[in-house]
Amino acid sequence: MAHDHHDHDHDHHDHHHGSELSPMDLRVRALESILVEKGYVDPAALDALIETYESKIGPRNGAQVVARAWVDPAYRARLLDDATAAIRELGFGGRGGEHMVVVENTPEEHNLVVCTLCSCYPWPVLGLPPVWYKSPPYRSRAVIDPRGVLAEFGVTLPGTTRIRVWDSTAELRYMVLPMRPAGSDHLDEAALADLVTRDAMIGTGLPLSPDQVVRS
Amino acid sequence: MRPEDPPAFAAPWEAQTFAMVVALHDRGLFTWSEWAEALGEASRDGDRPADYALWLETIERLLAERGVTTAHALADRQTAFARAAAATPHGEPIALTNDPGP
Repeated sequence: MAHDHHDHDHDHHDHHHGSELSPMDLRVRALESILVEKGYVDPAALDALIETYESKIGPRNGAQVVARAWVDPAYRARLLDDATAAIRELGFGGRGGEHMVVVENTPEEHNLVVCTLCSCYPWPVLGLPPVWYKSPPYRSRAVIDPRGVLAEFGVTLPGTTRIRVWDSTAELRYMVLPMRPAGSDHLDEAALADLVTRDAMIGTGLPLSPDQVVRS
Repeated sequence: MRPEDPPAFAAPWEAQTFAMVVALHDRGLFTWSEWAEALGEASRDGDRPADYALWLETIERLLAERGVTTAHALADRQTAFARAAAATPHGEPIALTNDPGP
């Protein structure tokens, strides 16, 4: 019988779609493969570093330091006297925080931290810097017009409050000890740490007030 | 609710770049002051952010200056990876061994 037999040959759309790497991915892969070949880096060690900075090191560390200073005057004194050692007491330190200075905000004086050269930042307590911290406008204007920069961050200080700007370097990195917010007397150390934002420790922000934070 | 920490890196290449620089520093190829100086110079020259793109550019240049690799070797390897990617079915890991050659 004459079946009208369409021999389809199973046209599966099997054509091969290749992959593509972005220009930045290409550059990073090329560099990494050369460094691995030459024995300069170990891929597993790179993964471990990334994991550390993605999940273990960040501004929650600094927030613990600030909260401790708020509840423990002796700790606060040690922190202002030798920040590196006091921060080490809480288990934070090392790379990017070898030499730390903590500057304290008061009603008379507000502190703001910048790295005018590049992006030096206290990694062990704040993690890696936000994009704006590395941008030329912030790096130049923080020095020239700190009050204007603060206004852009939504921070308005009394005209009587002086603003001091601290220029972090690879050798010496600053963190701000913000003022403990009003109405936080009843909070314990852990609850206080929740009030401490990253920006409050750079000086471009203020801590949250207790009514801005709902603990779960 | 406590403030959510933003992710440390916006893309995997940023993370890889950061980790390579840290690993090379830890291996003693440069001090952090030397790194900041190199990065700062590059940033100042073009009034550019000291972001991970600049980190990558700076580490490529520094490694060439130190004789670890050359711009030419990097460019060749990038081309090889581009060919390997094109020869790798979508979704599969891209390895240099997939490079069919020029």
